[in-house]
Amino acid sequence: MLEGLINSIDPYILQILVNIGIAVILALGLNVITGMTGQLALGHAAFMSIGAFSGALLSLKTGVPFSINLLLSGTVTAAAAAVIGWPILRLTGDYLAICTLAFAEIVKVCLLNLEITNKALGLSVPPPRSPLPMPLTVLICVCLAIVASAFIANSRFGRALTAIRDDEIAAESMGINCARYKVQSFAISAFMAGVGGSLYAHFLGYINPSDFGFHKSVDMLCMVVLGGLGSIPGALLGAALLSAAPEFLRFMAQYRMLVYGALLVSLMVFRPNGLLGGVDSAAMLLRKLGLRRRCALPPREGS
Amino acid sequence: MLVVENLSVSYGAIRALRGVSFHVGGGEIVALIGANGAGKSTILNTISGIVRPLGGSIGYEGEEITRQPPHRIVARGVCQVPEGRRVFGRMSVQENLEMGGYTLAGGKELARGIERAFALFPLLAERRRQAARTLSGGEQQMLAIARALMSSPRLLLLDEPSMGLAPLLVERIFEIIAAISRDGTTILLVEQNASMALAVAHRAYVLESGEVVLSGAAGELARNPEVRRAYLGE
Repeated sequence: MLEGLINSIDPYILQILVNIGIAVILALGLNVITGMTGQLALGHAAFMSIGAFSGALLSLKTGVPFSINLLLSGTVTAAAAAVIGWPILRLTGDYLAICTLAFAEIVKVCLLNLEITNKALGLSVPPPRSPLPMPLTVLICVCLAIVASAFIANSRFGRALTAIRDDEIAAESMGINCARYKVQSFAISAFMAGVGGSLYAHFLGYINPSDFGFHKSVDMLCMVVLGGLGSIPGALLGAALLSAAPEFLRFMAQYRMLVYGALLVSLMVFRPNGLLGGVDSAAMLLRKLGLRRRCALPPREGS
Repeated sequence: MLVVENLSVSYGAIRALRGVSFHVGGGEIVALIGANGAGKSTILNTISGIVRPLGGSIGYEGEEITRQPPHRIVARGVCQVPEGRRVFGRMSVQENLEMGGYTLAGGKELARGIERAFALFPLLAERRRQAARTLSGGEQQMLAIARALMSSPRLLLLDEPSMGLAPLLVERIFEIIAAISRDGTTILLVEQNASMALAVAHRAYVLESGEVVLSGAAGELARNPEVRRAYLGE
């Protein structure tokens, strides 16, 4: 039935939807480290590429099913993030941004020169070994990413991340092990980027290290900032808008990037916190449904 | 309770502390007074593990805690109210208190801690849902102290609690400090407001460019002509 539904959608629209889905996973991942923890990461495309190439190589060299492939790609990427995160997450602000940027360049150059990744020619990726059609797999991954993000945001772990974002020294004075939490948050973030990368590789069928440059990292960052740093619905909206915009603006031909830029500028002027920044969407929804009184902050459970 | 011996700290080429030694007994209020840049805050930050010392040792309840990471030191019952309050601005008052109780095991302890905080600071109870950055300076200071008390520390480190507050509020804050001390918490207080600090403390140390230059009972120091001239404006 689902397959029938998917086949009934126009392939062009479906392709845009899958692109949005992958972008949502990537944006939600970046949102964990940059939005929730407040650490500016400018090299997320590197994690996406690590995930994409591990996913592609797993499909090429082994016979693991696609679900395992996604899990493994995510894990490999998370491990890479933990290794690199341990030294560089001691830095803050501009220094961290520059370091992640440099890391992304190193990864790109490595992938461009390694024999196993076929150097600058890139890899052709076989179709995924999965009974599910690609759009459905992406949809499931998007749902899992949303659930995981919401779970993190409302957990004890998530509150520690928010404290680190608001004031690292105060968080440290409260007995929060900032170094450990930052590395964990970075690894979770990279895990999602890795899964997103592997999905991307299998959806496109061909990957090249040059696809994962600085531009890609900035794209992801724009999605998170546009939607509102730290906001899960914001990351969804930002990813959807920015991945669909180039398509909807296609009628303007070569002027579309101009409009795209102007949109971003005006957004930052009129809503500097992002479209959904500072909006407690869960409380708003409950209020709309008449389930909760209007108040500045929702009452917290457990008190 | 706390024994600091020969503590030296440097920030790059600048020596902030040059062999500072002092001790704090259980139940005492000890004040560190001195001008800007004397190294008062550095001492507190080194005790709580945020700054790493160059040399010397810090002993707490008979155990060496020098160079331990901050979260371990908090777990041992030493909690710092950082300079400039540093409340979590975007969180509500209640959420700030919950963060203060981060090391606590269960929800019950947390609820009890919050109740105690609201009993000590009724003003905060009225504003429990308000974002912390919308509080006044005095309220933020109270919140910062309440937040630090959430982990039920045995030793409370207070860094400039009177900074930027109106005289009436300063008095109120010092009344609260005395009350916390009466409840059995040992307090190490860093202050520029020497007269208030000496009025509430049992003993005090005077710091000058990274060294202890005077020490003694707070009352004695308050009568000392040198202290009066340098710190009490006479």
